[in-house]
Amino acid sequence: MSVSTTSLKIPGQEAVQKKGWLHAHKWLLLRRFSQILILFVFLLGPIFGIWIVKGNMSSSLTLNVLSLTDPFVFLQSVLSGHVVETTAVVGALIVFAFYAIVGGRVYCSWVCPINIVTDVADWFYRKFNIKSPVHFSKNNRYALLAAILLVTLVSGIMVWELLNPVTMLQRELVFTMGFSWAVVLSIFIVDAFISRRAWCGRFCPMGAFYSLFGKFSLIRVNALNRDACNDCMDCYVVCPEPQVIKPVLKKAGDSNPVILAGNCTNCGRCIDVCSEDVFSLGIRSEKFIV
Amino acid sequence: MKPSTDKTLQSRRRFLENISRAAGGAVLYGIGLGLYSRQATSLPAQSIRPPGVANESDFLSACVRCGLCVRDCPYDTLKLSNLGDDVALGTPYFDARKIPCEMCEDIPCVKACPTGALDSALDNIDDARMGLAVLIDQEACIAFQGLRCEVCFNVCPLANKAISLNRTHNQRTGKHALIVPVVHSDACTGCGKCEHACILEEAAIKVLPTRLAKGELGHHYRLGWQEKQKAGESLVTPDTPHQYNLPEGTSYDYEGEGLIPAPKNNGRNFNDTPFNKSAIDRLNEGIK
Repeated sequence: MSVSTTSLKIPGQEAVQKKGWLHAHKWLLLRRFSQILILFVFLLGPIFGIWIVKGNMSSSLTLNVLSLTDPFVFLQSVLSGHVVETTAVVGALIVFAFYAIVGGRVYCSWVCPINIVTDVADWFYRKFNIKSPVHFSKNNRYALLAAILLVTLVSGIMVWELLNPVTMLQRELVFTMGFSWAVVLSIFIVDAFISRRAWCGRFCPMGAFYSLFGKFSLIRVNALNRDACNDCMDCYVVCPEPQVIKPVLKKAGDSNPVILAGNCTNCGRCIDVCSEDVFSLGIRSEKFIV
Repeated sequence: MKPSTDKTLQSRRRFLENISRAAGGAVLYGIGLGLYSRQATSLPAQSIRPPGVANESDFLSACVRCGLCVRDCPYDTLKLSNLGDDVALGTPYFDARKIPCEMCEDIPCVKACPTGALDSALDNIDDARMGLAVLIDQEACIAFQGLRCEVCFNVCPLANKAISLNRTHNQRTGKHALIVPVVHSDACTGCGKCEHACILEEAAIKVLPTRLAKGELGHHYRLGWQEKQKAGESLVTPDTPHQYNLPEGTSYDYEGEGLIPAPKNNGRNFNDTPFNKSAIDRLNEGIK
């Protein structure tokens, strides 16, 4: 492998030349569209008085029929000792089932508005060739998740919801803006200048939670065409969780070509930047893809 | 040592290292979160929870901060706390002085709650206990100055049950009445309409969380008259009517007048008030 890590090389350049700009940004654009569309639907009510969806991403009511509840918030409520009513139980089960099919951390890359901020921060980091001085372990988020669930269980209070930046931003965007923008700015500064991919990749316990059942999800990115890989390393540069790519890019026969790691967010950026079309989106079982 | 065992040892060491690091991290986070949770869940007295909240800690474990109650409140009474407010982040509350609860009969906020944080068993808004109105400043309340106000009584949705008017003697003028509002905790829902309507610059009547507003008698206390009623008779030696040893001709007023000297003219019953009940008779007495 001739690893030429010329740091100022823009990842995906070859893909743009070969496939065209639009094709080389397909999944990125779809993702941004999805994130903004979801936020827009939530904002239709408070801004234009068109109440398709009420509430926020913690729990919502769509068209006065469909009730959805975030499974992570739901879990915290249950652990803190509350007997939750049926509406929220059903809502959490629907959301849980959805992400169990499409990929747990699809929530992170296709829904969560913080992701836009951290993606921009990472773009900043690459663009200006910043070297981050601090490095956290990828397992840090699981320690945080464990602590949150334990403290919630012992104290009977949903501790994390007292400071969860993810639900906070979603809520304040839809209701009234408090100081969550300051928290988001802090996340940006940390991610861009202090510790690369710190929030989504090292701290966010919500992402950690979703990654746990994302392990078993049906829809997965694969590298079925890995023989065509020319070791350009662009996918590693853009991937928010590059450790998930490593096992699937080994020689054919050496490993499963499907990314099974729960932390793959199914964002599809690797598919975009690959000029050789190594990656594609499919289902988890190798047998059914070809 | 064989290289394979060496490798196992190494991987075991790494495993133990990772485990202990993760456990250490979790403990640190746990301590931080535990301490933060205690501080961040204190509720300021002026922030009132929506109907159907029995107690704050149960509420904080049940509310998912979705704001559906806020959306369904027709009077924009409820709002969600933002970062920077001192109410637990994202939870619904209202400030009665700004917009009080209008006590909707169909209780839309409770119906909207998906988790039961607002108790769906609440079907009569009169049973809600959001807080308790307290006439907190008798010095400022103009009714205590002898002025007619009664605004809090008049706006109370449960007037005569939650707030009644009590007539007492005006000590300042000596001849007028004070018409004073009195809140009854068995009926007050804590809707805050009284606080909202109070005509003062700063309300003299305020809705407080019940835990702040209520005292509680020591559980070992037994009130003699209640026990007497329960038993049907006095549990101790029956009371003998109290005999005051008063100077001859004087009487005693329990209501605050104290010792009343004997009237100059004779022929009056000392057990009566010093004044005759009939206004005409009093005029006649004056003429005599």
